Amino acid sequence: MIKAKKIKEKYIRRHPSPFCPGCGGGMVLNSMSRAVEESGVSKEDIVAVSGIGCAAWIPSPHWRVDTLHTTHGRAIAFATGVKIGNKDLEVIVVSGDGDCAGIGGNHLLHGARNNIDLNVLMINNGLYAMTGGQVAPTTEHDEKTLTTPYGNPSSSFDVAEVVKAAGAGHVARWTTYHMKELIEEVKTAIDTNGFSFIEILTQCPTRKGKKEGMNGLEMLQWYKENTSKDEDTDKIFVGTLSEVDRPELTEQIYKQIDETGDELK
Amino acid sequence: MKEQDEYFMEGNIACAEGALKAGCGFYAGYPITPASEVMNHLSKELPKAGGRFVQMEDEIASIASVIGASWTGLKSMTATSGPGFSLMQENLGYAVMTETPCVIVNVQRAGPSTGQATKPGTGDVMQARFGSQGDYEIIALSPNSAQEMFEFTVRAFNLAEKYRTPVVLLADAGVGHMREKVKIPKEVDIVERRRPEDDENEYFDTDREDRVPPMPDFGDGKELLITGSTHLGDGTRDTSSFEAQDRLVRRLVSKIEDNREELEDWEERNLEDADLVVISYGSISRPARGAVKKARDNGLKVGFFRPKVMWPSPEKKLREIGENSKVLLVELSLRGYRMEVERAVPSENLHIYDKLNSLPTIDQIYEKIEELIK
Repeated sequence: MIKAKKIKEKYIRRHPSPFCPGCGGGMVLNSMSRAVEESGVSKEDIVAVSGIGCAAWIPSPHWRVDTLHTTHGRAIAFATGVKIGNKDLEVIVVSGDGDCAGIGGNHLLHGARNNIDLNVLMINNGLYAMTGGQVAPTTEHDEKTLTTPYGNPSSSFDVAEVVKAAGAGHVARWTTYHMKELIEEVKTAIDTNGFSFIEILTQCPTRKGKKEGMNGLEMLQWYKENTSKDEDTDKIFVGTLSEVDRPELTEQIYKQIDETGDELK
Repeated sequence: MKEQDEYFMEGNIACAEGALKAGCGFYAGYPITPASEVMNHLSKELPKAGGRFVQMEDEIASIASVIGASWTGLKSMTATSGPGFSLMQENLGYAVMTETPCVIVNVQRAGPSTGQATKPGTGDVMQARFGSQGDYEIIALSPNSAQEMFEFTVRAFNLAEKYRTPVVLLADAGVGHMREKVKIPKEVDIVERRRPEDDENEYFDTDREDRVPPMPDFGDGKELLITGSTHLGDGTRDTSSFEAQDRLVRRLVSKIEDNREELEDWEERNLEDADLVVISYGSISRPARGAVKKARDNGLKVGFFRPKVMWPSPEKKLREIGENSKVLLVELSLRGYRMEVERAVPSENLHIYDKLNSLPTIDQIYEKIEELIK
């Protein structure tokens, strides 16, 4: 294991972070940094793109790489331009569940359909945390939130399954309890030539934990007890959901330029 | 005179050819009438020129990817019409705030809402200026011929690069679908964005007179912090201090405002002795100019004024015209440029000829001129 001091000096721009005590955001930042370090990708080639919300602040301004902190829900669309603009860049999108699957759902679907070589980390805390804890597309049916005081009349959807159905090259789910597995999964995502989607169940002790009588540590414990690497249980499955080999958009575009065109601009 | 070729060409194709000539390296768009020809043409021609073309899932994604691509060092562009332009407004503001050069073509159609997709209108003039939230200034150009669709697209790229800002080409279905002679020079003047010097390490602030900071690319090792939130010179988000908000927003506005004289551009005819000046722009300015010529031929003292750059508007010139003569504003909209002209021209001097759906004839405009001047 690489020493924390080295990771901090090389990858972390600001410390301490603005995240609440017990938040999982810092753990994701740690795992991203370690994955990049272990993958051998040059830090200069990384572009981290994020939208709006707590998760968007994980890379911006805390990660010491090129960062693009964009508008709400549009990170994948911005990232698409970055990747097609320069295919040699390794583009990592960090997006909350509301940002990624709510307001940005259309871009998520089409990013997966295009199988564009992005690495999307969806930080799923099950609600809109930055704005006070409103209901999200990932909130369970009947769950009480700031805007569902009588219980959620709607239902959640399984974002990872949707992304899988849309054709993403690599889909996985982990939690902040599974740090070692998560680091390996981000490395796999970086190595994958296609749309990699990792759903990361991440504790929000402030908006969700408090309401359910759990602190950050207890929420991690809950992830431990309620997830399984075995698909045939009633628990939340963690692991790889899908790996498919489909044409990757950027590569196709560059190939067409190469075949029909002038020298690449 | 520079070497050039002559073509019989549609305005939207001339726009696409302008993009190719200007060195466009990335285009993203979504189909929409009456702008689609720009995209159709570039889908075929851009890869041949070594540029990247992608059709996105909507207009929000189109402008988002254009901004992302611009930070990889490519001249980037999208084209749309009213409904798509409305969807782009939030990210247009993002491009202003992050000082991202890009070109947004709006081939305006008759609105509001879905309106009449194939019919021309210029009801988006104020939207181009004020459509995104907060205080900002924008550069918007208004072509009135297929030739200007070519030339102003080149100019839009050059201005975007020079001022590190989005530039709007405010065309309309009239000029977009107009087919006429277009001269395409073998070479055009090209402007490239300013890259940081060795001693420059702030990319979001500057004390330079032109107010334009240098712009590196992703991958240059600059550990860029790009954000639509208020930020300091090094890009660090500052969501609370007065100083950060005041310094950044004032600079963004002054970057355009202080360079107004260099940006302003218009066509004027016979203003010296005019008792009445016809102000017009876009496709309707063609019959309007024809009507002014007819009036002159008939001995009427009528002048013609056409802003080629709508924003920043030629305020001083408009005021000068309004003080010295009657004004007839001829536009393909009820509200297009009207408030800007009303701001400069005393109400007793201002008359309106507004038309919806299609261009009037020269004679129809001439009748109005005659009525005002006789």
